[in-house]
Amino acid sequence: MSPATQAVLHFLQTWWVELVSGVVIVAVVPLIAGYVVLVERKLMADMQARLGPMRVGPHGLLQPIADAVKLLIKEDIVPQDADSFIFWFAPVISMVAALTSMGALYFGPDFRVAQDINIGILFVIGVSSLGFLGIILGGWASNSHYSIIGAIRSTAQLVSYETAGGLAIICALLLSGTLRIHAIVDAQSDHHVWFIFLAPVAFFTYLVASIAETNRAPFDLPEAESELVAGYMTEYSGFRWALYFLGEYANMIVVASVATTLFLGGWLRPFPNVHWLNWLDLLPALFIALVGIYCIYRAGKQPVKIQVWFMWAVAFACFAVALIFLVPWIFASLKFAILGLNGAFWFLLKVSAYIYVFMWLRFTLPRYRFDQLMHLGWYILIPLAIVNVFSVGVALLLEAEFGWNRWLALIVTTAFTLAIALFLVRSHDKRVAAASSASAATSDSYAG
Amino acid sequence: MLDSILFYFFGGVAVLSAALMVTRRNAMHSAVFLITTLLATAGIFLQLRAEFLFIAQIILYVGGIMVLFIFVIMLVRLDAPIHQIRFRMQKLVAVLVALALGFEVTVVLLLARKLPGGGLLIQGSAPADKLPPNSEELAKSLFSNYLLPFEIASVLLLVAMVGAVVMAKNRKGTDES
Repeated sequence: MSPATQAVLHFLQTWWVELVSGVVIVAVVPLIAGYVVLVERKLMADMQARLGPMRVGPHGLLQPIADAVKLLIKEDIVPQDADSFIFWFAPVISMVAALTSMGALYFGPDFRVAQDINIGILFVIGVSSLGFLGIILGGWASNSHYSIIGAIRSTAQLVSYETAGGLAIICALLLSGTLRIHAIVDAQSDHHVWFIFLAPVAFFTYLVASIAETNRAPFDLPEAESELVAGYMTEYSGFRWALYFLGEYANMIVVASVATTLFLGGWLRPFPNVHWLNWLDLLPALFIALVGIYCIYRAGKQPVKIQVWFMWAVAFACFAVALIFLVPWIFASLKFAILGLNGAFWFLLKVSAYIYVFMWLRFTLPRYRFDQLMHLGWYILIPLAIVNVFSVGVALLLEAEFGWNRWLALIVTTAFTLAIALFLVRSHDKRVAAASSASAATSDSYAG
Repeated sequence: MLDSILFYFFGGVAVLSAALMVTRRNAMHSAVFLITTLLATAGIFLQLRAEFLFIAQIILYVGGIMVLFIFVIMLVRLDAPIHQIRFRMQKLVAVLVALALGFEVTVVLLLARKLPGGGLLIQGSAPADKLPPNSEELAKSLFSNYLLPFEIASVLLLVAMVGAVVMAKNRKGTDES
């Protein structure tokens, strides 16, 4: 063997786990993103008393694949006056940033891509925020008014809300005392409580900021359809547009994973340290088996024969997965595997719940006006986040230096933060009222 | 082997895109190549196991400062001023500055040769997993040994921020009056 082949073999031997999981992420995340879109459409239909996509596959289950094929074979239009160089790679930045940031995430105690790097959470946040470069550059390169206004709005929104989101993350990091993702979840297990209960204001701030950072309603100003056609992606079509879309949904999964890791206990099950609740570990298997039973129940009601078969196939797949979850309970020597599987189940459940809240808000709240968005960011959210960092720090100090009970300290400081929040909202309301009465006066004088 | 491949890759990308940044006529293209340079430099930091520096470079420079650069380039049309303002002495000054810089670098390199070890401190390299976690180490030294410079720097930044707010307010006041 030549030294070159030996070097390559050595490289593969050392890094094969990372290589394989990297390839899996690149291959699977687009599929998951497609199905998140389907779930979103189905949810929207449900909340608006419609059926949603029903044509492709049973209950529209193959719709994402049909959409992907359609986008792939669509004509790829580049506007004549566009900056073709930047226009070409801006969508790629968006998608690559979102996928790369997934590299440092832990989906379960043993499900990871990269080594446990000691800047884990910063890496995820920093690299996923690079996706905005794709939005800004794409909007600029399109050489169109709608696109550039969308891009400018996007930048302003990013700069305003990333500050609040970062300050909210600092609260969770203060409580955990580390940047390693695994250690953050371990800290929540050591504290016997998820950080959402220790720092509820920080979680709320992060929720709002993450909605704004992923450009979703009610903060989807950069692509407000009724004002800007499609915002920064007006000029994009076909596969480039699909890349933007993919990046957006991958980014959603990333912020949901960060929130899960920092505030919702990562892969820990509810009450991880209470031993008489150990039967909760059986819940994933039970849940999946129940899905299978429901599929069998629905199979009799399907109108077409092939759909009946499909339902039976899904049911048996569910039973097989449930059996895999149960294997370590039957063979005690495989006990270590159940932690990993159960952990991944809880993690994905929490991520799904977070994304569900995103969608729920999208179909419930009307879109903000741009000045309202900026006011919310700068006048309320950022001061609130700063005060919250201060009060979480004070609570930790009271506990460490003066021997206060942790809960007492956190309740006192959270009450202080909420009082400040009330004051901020009240003063902002007053300012808005004054401005609107002033503008009403001027409009009256014009009318008269 | 892998380390040197990565180093030459990042170094090559950094130098090449720095050269492209200076030579592009379009301001936005220059900004994009500046981003590439910063990312490649961040890659070299990562290779030196300075993870915190790597992520600070990405979050602060690429995610923060460059976004503002691009924002300004988008808002201000740079085509017109480029044709209007021609600093005649620019080329001469640039040549002089480049010569001075080259002279300095040459002198430093020549003088360093006379030091033991060619001026390069080559210590026994430590394996990556034996290194202390460098975000913690950085925090410790910032808040113990270098507390005063750190505080001074933060006060300076605060002053700059307040100054920017004051200037923005003044401008608004004159516009309205």
